Amino acid sequence: MTATAAVARARWRLKRPSIIPGFGLTLGFSLAYLSLIILIPIAGLFWRTAALGPGGFMAILMDYRTLRALYVSFGTAFVAALVNVVFGVIVAWVLTRYNFPGRRLIDAMVDLPFALPTAVAGIALTALYAPQGWVGSLFMPFRIAFTPLGIVIALIFIGLPFVVRTVQPVMEELDREMEEAAATLGANRFQTISKVILPGLTPAILTGFALAFARGVGEYGSVIFIAGNIPYVSEIAPLLIVIKLEEFNYAGATAIATIMLLISFAMLFVINLIQAWSRRRYGNA
Amino acid sequence: MSRSSQPKFRSPADERPLAKILLILLSLAFLGFFLFLPLVSVFVEAFRKGIGEYYEALIEPDAAAAIHLTLMVAAIAVPLNLAFGLAASWAIAKFEFKGKAFLITLIDLPFSISPVISGLVYVLLFGSGSLLGPLLKSWGIEILFAVPGIVLATVFVTFPFVARELIPLMEDQGTGDEEAALSLGASGWQTFWYVTLPNIKWGLLYGVLLCNARAMGEFGAVSVVSGRIRGITTTMPLHVEILYNEYNMVAAFAVASLLAALALVTLALKTLLELRFGAGNAGGRH
Repeated sequence: MTATAAVARARWRLKRPSIIPGFGLTLGFSLAYLSLIILIPIAGLFWRTAALGPGGFMAILMDYRTLRALYVSFGTAFVAALVNVVFGVIVAWVLTRYNFPGRRLIDAMVDLPFALPTAVAGIALTALYAPQGWVGSLFMPFRIAFTPLGIVIALIFIGLPFVVRTVQPVMEELDREMEEAAATLGANRFQTISKVILPGLTPAILTGFALAFARGVGEYGSVIFIAGNIPYVSEIAPLLIVIKLEEFNYAGATAIATIMLLISFAMLFVINLIQAWSRRRYGNA
Repeated sequence: MSRSSQPKFRSPADERPLAKILLILLSLAFLGFFLFLPLVSVFVEAFRKGIGEYYEALIEPDAAAAIHLTLMVAAIAVPLNLAFGLAASWAIAKFEFKGKAFLITLIDLPFSISPVISGLVYVLLFGSGSLLGPLLKSWGIEILFAVPGIVLATVFVTFPFVARELIPLMEDQGTGDEEAALSLGASGWQTFWYVTLPNIKWGLLYGVLLCNARAMGEFGAVSVVSGRIRGITTTMPLHVEILYNEYNMVAAFAVASLLAALALVTLALKTLLELRFGAGNAGGRH
């Protein structure tokens, strides 16, 4: 083999040489498994959508019931993520900065929504916030469950750990000396928090918001019990997919799923952009 | 310097005690309404008519079948994703190759897909309007509205859990230990078994724990592919829904209380792994 060919081959190689074995086996298995379980089924969804044609796709998408369901899903997820940003940052602050009895226990409890099956969360929140429930009865005659507000309650539950667990590690890394410097330079505590602490937390807060929002848009199990599921009012997009499937309207289910999937991919892209920007600017993600 | 030796001195980088107490109370109230009360209400509703009815609801044949199916589905799905997690993290963390970042993004994909869509993709793949479904049916293989479909949907939604824990952990540990073992004459399998595996065991356990919790509790994806044939294709979360829709509240919450107990055990073990063994710090979000 000539020297130039060897150089050219070295430049084009897929992987850096290593004495560790098993690259072909593990990467091959991973790619095969990934393709079979995730990629081929998702490609199938897009293929079925393409078969609808642009006209058929738009007709389903522009249907008033579909538009309302998308509006309910995105609107409630947005409001819930906003609430979670406010309270999630306060909870993260209290857990990182203050010491009080039961702090460890509460810190562990924040992950409950990750661990509790969504159907269990759904029926528990419904029992609690229904008109005759412990919390719901306090607010009568104002109804929480079986209205869009009920959906927001469920999505607050689901999204809370995303905000807390994204913001908390960044908060732990904050340099106390910066705050002390701000205070010695005459800033009051409120100015220090709004001008020194919050800017450093912004990327983490944005990421937490985006994660909670993305999860809320697709959430199904915890929402359908508390929502009341009234078409045009409190019917979420994932439920509409299930309804179309039960009517054997595969085209309808496919079209709504595709638009939701495209929006999730766009949001995933935005989250990656925020994290890349934060790494460049603050050296953390 | 040390604040503890001068308890009366308040650092300028501290809030006033009153503000502290108010923030703590606000957090506790928020978590109380959204986390603590729902959890308590599951157990209160389950035992509303006494322990006898609770027990009856759990040994009833359909509930027992649902418990059995849930355990079986998790027993298949978790080892599959464990094998994938080990293979993917070995390839990604121990080697440098082109397209690695893209591969990691693809592995994370199921986290950003609605569970309902995770089920729907298999309905489209194996349903009556597809190419595969009728073919498999003519061979006598049922995927949809049967156990294989439930397993597939569960594998889909729990796909990233183990890999997500192991990749950052193994990247942190580098390749030095493995290179030393190999240069001392160990075979590839020996290196993995005696060097890598002991290094990652707590992170591995952590990933399996979270994967299992999600596998047993998955609702949306499974409900789309299950067909809800009572006692045959209903997992515990689906059985909870059926009972709830029949207004059989005590039974619904009794089965739900088992799942809530599973969540509490998961949280306790997870916290133990984090505090004792530093597991889970590399993973970040789920």
